[in-house]
Amino acid sequence: MAVVKLQTPIPEEEIRKLKAGDIIYISGIVYLSRDEAHLRALEMAEEGKELPLDFKGLALFHCGPIVTQDDKGEWHVVAAGPTTSSRMEIFQDKYIEKFRISVVIGKGGMYERTAAAMKKYGAVYGAFTGGAAVLAAKAVKKVKGVEWLDLGTPEALWIFEVEEFGPLTVAIDSHGNNLFKDVSQKAEENREKAYEIIGVSK
Amino acid sequence: MEFAPIIEKVAFNLLKYAATVLPENAVKAIKTAYENETNPVGKSQLEAIIKNFETGSKLRIPMCQDTGIHIYYVEIGADSPIEDVGKIKEALENASKRATTEVPMRPNAVDPFGSNSGDNTGRYIPWINWEIVPGDKIKITAFPKGGGSENMSTVKMLKPGVGIKGVMKEVVDWMIQAGGQPCPPTVVGVAVGGGADIAMKLAKKQLMRPIGEPHPQKEVAEIEKKLKEAINTTGIGPMGLGGRTTCLAVHMDYAHRHPASLPMAISVQCWAARQSAAEISADGKVKYLHHKVKE
Repeated sequence: MAVVKLQTPIPEEEIRKLKAGDIIYISGIVYLSRDEAHLRALEMAEEGKELPLDFKGLALFHCGPIVTQDDKGEWHVVAAGPTTSSRMEIFQDKYIEKFRISVVIGKGGMYERTAAAMKKYGAVYGAFTGGAAVLAAKAVKKVKGVEWLDLGTPEALWIFEVEEFGPLTVAIDSHGNNLFKDVSQKAEENREKAYEIIGVSK
Repeated sequence: MEFAPIIEKVAFNLLKYAATVLPENAVKAIKTAYENETNPVGKSQLEAIIKNFETGSKLRIPMCQDTGIHIYYVEIGADSPIEDVGKIKEALENASKRATTEVPMRPNAVDPFGSNSGDNTGRYIPWINWEIVPGDKIKITAFPKGGGSENMSTVKMLKPGVGIKGVMKEVVDWMIQAGGQPCPPTVVGVAVGGGADIAMKLAKKQLMRPIGEPHPQKEVAEIEKKLKEAINTTGIGPMGLGGRTTCLAVHMDYAHRHPASLPMAISVQCWAARQSAAEISADGKVKYLHHKVKE
């Protein structure tokens, strides 16, 4: 279990070195997108439109933050923990293929399609403790920008400059390992034991 | 006597404290889980959770960015001298709006056919559960509910023939399937009987019980205990990354049912078991039940 510090844009060879269970900290650019912003980015790419940010090598964070705007119009992050990543499973593979991001940060884990894309294109899933919004916000040095505010502040494309953002547990690596899958397989094996406790059978 | 202005101020404080300071019973439950955790990844998750809510509480900032959809429980004593019941709804809406900008809380009220209202109010939101109770006090509870754990709710209409064992199996199966998604360690609210809506209302209400407080009826308490043990046997653990504590408690309740139906509902609370309540007595004095509120 290695502890690795990474700087964006992250080269593919750095990503390939990471193994499930490693702890990573990211410095540089972490940008935020949830359901709506994924959909919009993919639609824009499909229509050949230019995106407001080159996502390549960056860390994508599944998060809808609490933000405030001061009198000068500058944005500040109050709280920014991860949202449930599984909602993005429906298009995360396509997204990775299209935009070649290096890290997906979220909570709750992702499934086969995403893991396959991560293996193919060289990306990892970094699990951030769900709800740990205060810790996340503390690592944000500056809000570099925001796009697509018409989606509402939780769904907008926020661009954060971060320093040692983490700890993130590499839960899906670029070699096909998936910690969440391991845990759910174990839970499956333990189902019988759980049934015994409550006195039922399959 | 007019209570709406007091209620507005109280409800704002309740939202503020609910969002930023975890009730003592939840703190205790999570710290116990941390002490008992043997899986290093699970333990690291609990450590981050504790560090996070302790920092949030110190700095008075929301412990989670998802400050929930705004739900209130309002209990009005039948003998309360209140003269402005009709103004309570507006008072609570105003509290939600003010908390959105001042706490701040994330705007979480989205028109399904349109956009985010921006102030945590909208059609039927905040949702208010009304109850007339004996006595002369008014009790207000703010229960902001996060979306991640709410997405793991379910109602099932079982065949009465499967019995309570069948209900228990559904709970175990459902929580295995939910895995790390509802931000474990969770509190699992379970209810049977009534009807689809009644079961869900009761299941959700169980999340407001102090964590681990058993149901007053022995046979229900026994089922709660067994379900907790079964869910924790799965090894899903904190955040679904593996460990001994998947749930902090199972809270169960029931209503009588139709002979042909066995409705059951599961409502899940993430580790951020946020709530805050206050009692307003007949003379307008306020007593906060979960937090030491500084005005």
